[in-house]
Amino acid sequence: MANLSFVIPMSVMTLFWGIIGGVVPWFIPKGPNRGVIVTMLVLTAVCCYLFWLIAILAQLNPLFGPALKNDTIWYMYYHSS
Amino acid sequence: MDSFFRSEEMCLVQLFFQTESAHNCIDELGHLGLVQFKDLHPGTADFQRRFVKEVKKCEEMERILRKQLYFVTFFDKLEQELKEINSNRDTLRQNFTQLTEINHLLHMTDDFFVEVESQMTISELPSEDSVYSSRRASYASTNGSLKLGFVAGVIKHERFPAFEKILWRLFHGNFVLRHAEIKPHQEENMEVFVKKDVFVVFVQGDQVRGKIRKLCDGFHASMYPCPNNAAARKEMRTNVNMRMEDLRLVLKRTEEFRVTTLTAAAANLREWTAKVKKMKAIYYTLNLCNIDITQKLIIAEIWCPVSDLSSVHAALIKGSEQTGSSVTPIMNRIHTQQTPPTFNRTNVFTSGFQNIIDAYGVGDYQEINPAPYTMVTFPFLFAVMFGDCGHGLLMTLLAVWLILHEEHFRKLKNELVDMLVSGRYIILLMGIYSIYTGLIYNDCFSKSFNLFGSSWSVRHMFHPQGPWTNETLHNSDYLQLDPLVSGVYSGNPYPFGIDPMWNIALNKLLFLNSYKMKMSVIIGVVHMLFGVMLSLGNYINFKDVVLKFIPELVFMLSLFGYLTFLILYKWCVVIKSDSAPSILLLFINMMFFDYSSNGAMLYKTQKPVQIFLVVVAGVMVPWLLFAKPLLMYREHKTIFIRFVLMLMNANTQVFSVIYHSSFYFKMNHIKYIQTIFSLQISMGDIFVYQGIHTIEYCLGCISNTASYLRLWALSLAHAELSEVLWKMVLQVALRVTSGMGSVLLAVTFATFAVLTVTILLVMEGLSAFLHALRLHWVEFQNKFYQGSGYKFSPLSFDKMLNMK
Repeated sequence: MANLSFVIPMSVMTLFWGIIGGVVPWFIPKGPNRGVIVTMLVLTAVCCYLFWLIAILAQLNPLFGPALKNDTIWYMYYHSS
Repeated sequence: MDSFFRSEEMCLVQLFFQTESAHNCIDELGHLGLVQFKDLHPGTADFQRRFVKEVKKCEEMERILRKQLYFVTFFDKLEQELKEINSNRDTLRQNFTQLTEINHLLHMTDDFFVEVESQMTISELPSEDSVYSSRRASYASTNGSLKLGFVAGVIKHERFPAFEKILWRLFHGNFVLRHAEIKPHQEENMEVFVKKDVFVVFVQGDQVRGKIRKLCDGFHASMYPCPNNAAARKEMRTNVNMRMEDLRLVLKRTEEFRVTTLTAAAANLREWTAKVKKMKAIYYTLNLCNIDITQKLIIAEIWCPVSDLSSVHAALIKGSEQTGSSVTPIMNRIHTQQTPPTFNRTNVFTSGFQNIIDAYGVGDYQEINPAPYTMVTFPFLFAVMFGDCGHGLLMTLLAVWLILHEEHFRKLKNELVDMLVSGRYIILLMGIYSIYTGLIYNDCFSKSFNLFGSSWSVRHMFHPQGPWTNETLHNSDYLQLDPLVSGVYSGNPYPFGIDPMWNIALNKLLFLNSYKMKMSVIIGVVHMLFGVMLSLGNYINFKDVVLKFIPELVFMLSLFGYLTFLILYKWCVVIKSDSAPSILLLFINMMFFDYSSNGAMLYKTQKPVQIFLVVVAGVMVPWLLFAKPLLMYREHKTIFIRFVLMLMNANTQVFSVIYHSSFYFKMNHIKYIQTIFSLQISMGDIFVYQGIHTIEYCLGCISNTASYLRLWALSLAHAELSEVLWKMVLQVALRVTSGMGSVLLAVTFATFAVLTVTILLVMEGLSAFLHALRLHWVEFQNKFYQGSGYKFSPLSFDKMLNMK
């Protein structure tokens, strides 16, 4: 997990949703709808971050790999890095 | 601001206003839309109320307005005019019909006469229209010297054969009958054209003619005087034509006038309908009030939000000023034990969500309102089940279209469209979240994006790093990549969402099912924990935390929180695939304290930790079951002291507050005594209630967590349907190599589009909507929401007029 290619997406997403859920609510102007807007921002940040986190953690240590057709394997062997 | 999270504080206010200004005051209050009138005569039937006649009159007017033809009360003159116009028009039409018939008659009898006369005298004029010359049948057996009388008329086409038969029977053939069908001219556009025939009967003698006239009357044939000679006939024809022209002009003018009057009236129709509706509402409201006839006062009781008291007062003053009365209405706030209605102030955006919450049950007075949280979690759970960014984009576009053209859609007055329009913001949010979850599932019309490069590499499976050779490739249809071979899995997961390699893998479902099931459980446990935390808000209001909240929270965390921890731990830790324990088996064995089987544990201290957690959860159950009832039992011992104290308080209240009638005081006194006695009797009730609640909660934890697996099930169904549409509809056309493939592609794409919209957007959309709603109503809300209040329904003219 000290690998850079994992740390970068992790920190970017955490920072992004952290700003949306933790920083932007302070800047919402006072008004009758402030409570609702702040609630929506915080909940959106929590839900979306959690959903992304689950997706990336599920692929962190795979127990098995994809099974591909031999045509696909042949194509990928010769045409991709 | 606080009002959307919890229903507003309401107060019961007594209003006193003069009878003259009553109408205006209630009108003002109706425009304000903030007060709900309480029914002060709950026992009386509708027909016994004071203003029942006025209400009936208003209903009558409403009914008439709906027919849109006549107007009573306000517009008698208009009604008279319209009646006259209509009757004139009918007479004119009748005249016109008659004249046309005469015209036809004259037109067509010409050749009959000519034919007959030619046998008697020299014919002067040839028949004008030789259309019917083919009808000249030679009729030899007439007596040339006898003068024949005749009867001419018009009869309905279908009656003619019967007419002819009876004539034969009567006169034994001593007559000549000629008939011809009237063919309509182009300019005569009667609404209903009845087929008619012209006929002429030639007979001898006058008595016979009398008989024929009677016969004609019997057959409802109209007879017309027809002159004998051709010149007179011609003159008559010109006369008739002139009259017909005049009549046509008059008819046209009448029609124009009628149309202009009606359009002028129709323009005001909506205004009048609105006025009548308002009047009916006002009289209905007056029926709910008390009338103090001796003092010419009307007493009303209203529920009104505390924060709006000043605006209600201002509206009343305005209303009384309009009638010019000097006495301003009095507002008197009274305290009551009755439960006020639940009022959640919503705007255009939040009202849709509040409606779907209220559809299950309106919240108790001042209970936590789930709506502000539902605004995000409901579209989010929908999106988890819908999960396709292409379909999500379509849904968002639909919602934007609905929002921009809301006025136009509301005018259509179709029920389904109305439902769509009132939920347009819900659809917008659902679409936006679906785009996000679609990007994470990496699913766009069943295809994946490869934005960052896949983490799986095929090359490393081959020699020299891996076990495969070209021969392995030739020998088998499919091969599975092994993450243990170095380099095959890059070590870094795909940064945003599911790796695109899985989209083309044959064992895609094996991976996705495991991922989605675990995701559903995690989301479910988090959602339910959120619900339990919200119940804290209800308790703080009513001071009940330790007895219920803590055991519930600990129970859920120790079992299902631990399950979530197991899932996350297994994901984060590196294990050999053959020694990886199944989480489900771990969980089941934990509940049964079964640690004997193969013994594979995820981490070293797993066994003692699990035993501890199960014991703690087991302790929570009797805590939840017995703590509260036992405490209440102890409280009862001090109840009598409280009773005496309350009575003393009540006595002082009698002398310090002046009520308009003593009715209210008696009610409160009785209520006090009742609540005290009810506390004594219901110990058994409390035990039973608490037992039910405990069982419901604990068993519910398990079943509700499993219920969240529908998130997995529906997203799997959606993905599979999407893939079927691609593989078996669109891909078939894309693989055709001949030139006609383009035509086939156009047709197939149309099919693909129609199927996508109907099956995937409409059907799956409705299905995901329903299931997301169920998850909220049942699994989320049964952790904290009672939902047994009644809704605040103010007298509001805007709402009333918008509904129709």
